[in-house]
Amino acid sequence: MSKNWPLWEVFVRVKNGLSHRHAGSVHAADAKMALEAARDTYTRRMEGVSLWVVPSASIIASDPGDASELFEPAVDKVYRHPTFYSIPENVKNI
Amino acid sequence: MRDPSLFDYACRLGDDSLILGQRLSEWCGHAPMLEVDLSFANVGLDLIGQATHFLKLAGGAEGAGRDEDKLAFHRDVLDFKNCLLVEQPNGDFAQTMARQFLFSNYQELLFRQLCSSANLTIVAIAAKAVKEVAYHVRLANEWMVRLGDGTAESHARTVEGLDWMWRFADELFEVDSTVESLIASGVACDVRKLRSEWDARITKVLRDATLDVPKARRVTKGGRVGHHSEHLGHLLTEMQFLQRAYPDSQW
Amino acid sequence: MYTTELKDKHAKTAAAISAPEDSARLEAFEARVAADDFIEPKDWMPEAYRKTLVRQISQHAHSEIVGMLPEGNWITRAPSLRRKAVLLAKVQDEGGHGLYLYAAAETLGTSREEMIDALHSGRAKYSTIFNYPTLTWADIGAIGWLVDGAAIMNQVPLQRTSYGPYARAMVRVCKEESFHQRQGYEITMVLAGGTPAQKRMAQDALNRWWWPSIMMFGPPDENSPNTAQSIRWRIKRETNDELRQKFIDVTVPQAEAIGLTIPDADLKWNEARGSYDYGAIDWEEFYAVVRGEGPVAKERMQARVKAWDEGAWVREAATAHAAKHETREAAE
Repeated sequence: MSKNWPLWEVFVRVKNGLSHRHAGSVHAADAKMALEAARDTYTRRMEGVSLWVVPSASIIASDPGDASELFEPAVDKVYRHPTFYSIPENVKNI
Repeated sequence: MRDPSLFDYACRLGDDSLILGQRLSEWCGHAPMLEVDLSFANVGLDLIGQATHFLKLAGGAEGAGRDEDKLAFHRDVLDFKNCLLVEQPNGDFAQTMARQFLFSNYQELLFRQLCSSANLTIVAIAAKAVKEVAYHVRLANEWMVRLGDGTAESHARTVEGLDWMWRFADELFEVDSTVESLIASGVACDVRKLRSEWDARITKVLRDATLDVPKARRVTKGGRVGHHSEHLGHLLTEMQFLQRAYPDSQW
Repeated sequence: MYTTELKDKHAKTAAAISAPEDSARLEAFEARVAADDFIEPKDWMPEAYRKTLVRQISQHAHSEIVGMLPEGNWITRAPSLRRKAVLLAKVQDEGGHGLYLYAAAETLGTSREEMIDALHSGRAKYSTIFNYPTLTWADIGAIGWLVDGAAIMNQVPLQRTSYGPYARAMVRVCKEESFHQRQGYEITMVLAGGTPAQKRMAQDALNRWWWPSIMMFGPPDENSPNTAQSIRWRIKRETNDELRQKFIDVTVPQAEAIGLTIPDADLKWNEARGSYDYGAIDWEEFYAVVRGEGPVAKERMQARVKAWDEGAWVREAATAHAAKHETREAAE
């Protein structure tokens, strides 16, 4: 068993209404410590109302090589974007 | 209006925070892990902030024109009123944590009571501090459990550290005549009433930490009347040097 | 700057990119970087880019951590409660910056433990400036004003460096850094306007910290062979000499404003260039400090190694406890 403290990724919600954003990482031996380390490192200037810490090993990331497969098809589906449709100017609230 | 009792009391509160803040700042750059360095600095900053407010209040109550810096940097040991616990040396990490564990649990209970003090300045300071100290308690309690129920070495060191600090626990819950009058007027907290809840908290955490509650022994006290351990003199020498060596200077 | 392009024995040069690396991928990579796009952790990158970044980012992190020591030296002796709190906050910030940077470096495939091991064994360097001692309180002012000032000059452009995690760490750092410099300048200003003893302290500190501060920007451009590649890869945004000149031009008036004298007899405003001409830097001293012969290099390393070694039982205890808990929870 490694003597080293595992790595945790930190996500901070700065204000209610906003979503959690990735802020960086900390090393900690357990979840409580990770939360406290995250608080002491990433919210020193009161930049947060909510913190998530996740063991880095638990994060599944998409492969940049698959980017074209995963993300480019969305580029084609222009009909998902409001600008695809023309609505006459005199019609409001749409 | 001069109020010598309030002066004394505010010094006790301020000196407790100041001396402990000073001790924690000695760890800066030397902690076992960078993340821990940040925690210590966090706690230290909270304490120095509390000290500043309490000593300012003290200066006002004394009415002799001394501000928080004059009080912090120009009193000698006989006039410092911190408890003996906070001036104890850092020792190793376990000794430091044992000190923090005993003190922060006391301080949280104290500040909760002081939120209803008859003195509005004390209420304001306590209201903010009680949130800060809740975090200090969390940190200290969790570390006691990790160290007590960690490895054989950490357990042994924590037993030692706790044994060092336990001598000074009783002093936290003593009341003398100066404070009696302030208790009567609702300004001060009757710390005797905090003892049983403190005992319960300490006992629970120590049990989780697989540690025994140290056995009772003769009280070592004197801090509140300026009779300190040998450690305070050295601490003040370091802390006060510049202001003493260069009197009448602005910094 | 924090690496000041310190040559390390194991560094490869740009020409040594190994043949098996896909040259089409390299072209795509270079195009992205040239288009001001960001490279993220799992993206393909040339080995030399990865290695240079690991070295630069980790050395930047080491600098922040070692940098806690010269200033940490004066926290217990700060001459007022306000100065004590502000200095403690500043040093805590520096620890935090080290953390952000170690985190960024770890995304490139190294670990905190490996980086610390490299530092303690002398393989990794840190900024030369922290191998100088802080003798007086005025040194704390000089460090905030000059050393943080130089750091800011370097860090602001790095907010758009090509590697995403490094750029984001730099954005955080820059937000926090401005109070650091102001704190230092304010300390110096108060001393310079104080008693004769204080004024002497302030001038003495400037005398000792000036040259090491301008050395922080690294060797002259003609002795920095990796600059061109680093600039092309957006790991560096300006050259050593460019940054150094900027710093001098900005700082000289700051000294004059508080009645202090820069310890350079050859310092002179050059109207034609619109910049200050300055005296010759003692590069012998610089390289000696890089080699590890700085005045308090031994003390710095001893302090860091001691903290790490003496903290081993603490880290082990925390790990052991976490493991016990996992086992208990699994059994429930």
